[in-house]
Amino acid sequence: MTVGRGADEGQPELAIRNVGLKYMTPEREMIALSDVNLDVAAGEFVALVGPSGCGKSTLLTLMAGLVPPSKGRIAIRGANVTAPSHRVGFMFQKDTLFEWRTVLQNVLIGAELLQLGKGASQVRAEELLVGYGLEDFLHSLPHQLSGGMRQRVALARTLLPKPDILLLDEPFSALDYQTRLALSDEMVGILRGEGKTVVLVTHDIGEAVSMADRVVVMSRRPGRIKSQFDIRFASGARPTPLQARALPEFNDYFRKIWDELDMQSPAQVLQ
Amino acid sequence: MRRQDSIVARTAAPAPETVMASPEYERYLASLKRQRMMVRLWQLAIIVGFLILWQISPNQGWVNPMLTSYPSQVLSTLIELVKNGSIFQHTWSTLFSTMIGFGGSMIIGLVLALSFWSFPNVYRVLDPYMVVLNALPKIALVPIFYIWLGDESSIYAMAIIVGVFITTLMLYTGFRAVDPDKVKLVQLYGGSRLDVIRKVLLPGTVPMMISTLKVNVGLSLVGVVVGEFQSAKSGLGYLIIFGSQVFQMNLVMTAIVVLAIISAGLFAAIQLLESWLYRTRGGNV
Repeated sequence: MTVGRGADEGQPELAIRNVGLKYMTPEREMIALSDVNLDVAAGEFVALVGPSGCGKSTLLTLMAGLVPPSKGRIAIRGANVTAPSHRVGFMFQKDTLFEWRTVLQNVLIGAELLQLGKGASQVRAEELLVGYGLEDFLHSLPHQLSGGMRQRVALARTLLPKPDILLLDEPFSALDYQTRLALSDEMVGILRGEGKTVVLVTHDIGEAVSMADRVVVMSRRPGRIKSQFDIRFASGARPTPLQARALPEFNDYFRKIWDELDMQSPAQVLQ
Repeated sequence: MRRQDSIVARTAAPAPETVMASPEYERYLASLKRQRMMVRLWQLAIIVGFLILWQISPNQGWVNPMLTSYPSQVLSTLIELVKNGSIFQHTWSTLFSTMIGFGGSMIIGLVLALSFWSFPNVYRVLDPYMVVLNALPKIALVPIFYIWLGDESSIYAMAIIVGVFITTLMLYTGFRAVDPDKVKLVQLYGGSRLDVIRKVLLPGTVPMMISTLKVNVGLSLVGVVVGEFQSAKSGLGYLIIFGSQVFQMNLVMTAIVVLAIISAGLFAAIQLLESWLYRTRGGNV
């Protein structure tokens, strides 16, 4: 199922134009984002990396329509984003499962709030969960699941209303390393398979390079876009994240992006 | 609500692998069981010891029986009151007022806490008053309520007011502690403020509501008994005051014993509610 690939050439799926965000606390006025410009094509997988506090997660909440930008505009297929929409799915760092709901009921929360048909949603929810190997846990409560399973439930919840665009806010960072590698492999497979447009925020360069088609580096606050890298691998078919980590290009991209991030003495750390 | 036409039949959680228990493990289980028995035994020993001491102290002339009465006399007074039926009337009237206090402070507390959550500025304005009212000894209000509301309503008002401020503050704290990302999640699906309340705040603070109920058991009973001291013509508080005025310690002690049973019963009921909610919470929201 490919979504949006047939849309107007020329018109990006997601367009961010001169976006700035300023917010105020009693202590000070802060410019979180300034002059951000970014286009994401339909079906593209973009990773946003940057030093912590650079506003990359904030940019994601702007794309989701949770917070309006103070300047500029964000558009999906040409239509301005003013409020959250079911066409955009969002995954948090924590799985934000409701402890008082079963796995199935958690996946169905979006269907309830969007008032989608009950029967069809239930069937789809079960299909998704079965597809992720959770068929034995449909009626379990979240606390009975491991971290990786919980995050898969969150993925099913996000995909249930069939969003075209997925915004992922460090969705793997609360998981242990092995689970994180395995789950990112699985998720990239699912998302590419469904032709979703994805924006992933991460602080993990390896994750960004192995998963994304393009890595966008943001500068320190006030966050702006510093540079972008198209990730290309010599081998024919697109490698899975795990395969990508073993390829020579992976290290080249890693090093280049590390240099861009402007950390202290990268040469010493890497040599 | 579960549908039967779902593509996957309801699957039980996979059964844990059964392994033959080793002798060490058997011994460990036995020692756990012994520990639990010992705790029960000591609990029983304390109450029995207390009753025996209470019975023999006046008998032996260690204390004045006029002041302490005896457990045996309390029992015979209780039987007498049961026979003439008056204990039921007193107990019911106290229990009824306590329930009103329970329900009233929970409902009013929920409404107040939800409006504080919805309108933070209201909370900012009222915060100091809430704190002062919560700290104020509500018992001081008994005479005022009696004058304003009369003998019956003043008891209900006392039962509600002793618990309502702490209920509000606890529930509001519970709402504030709800993960903000869960609120965002509902907003992402276009959920309104009412949806946030129904889907996240209320189900998410059920444990806090239970704690609030537990606090309120004690508070509401205090409110009712003190209210009855002032104005009632029935109720256990009335029985206590009447008994002390005619210097009938049997009556006073009997009423206190019944109060102890009521509070134990209410507490047990809340625990039942808690475990029932715990078991069904996945299925009912």
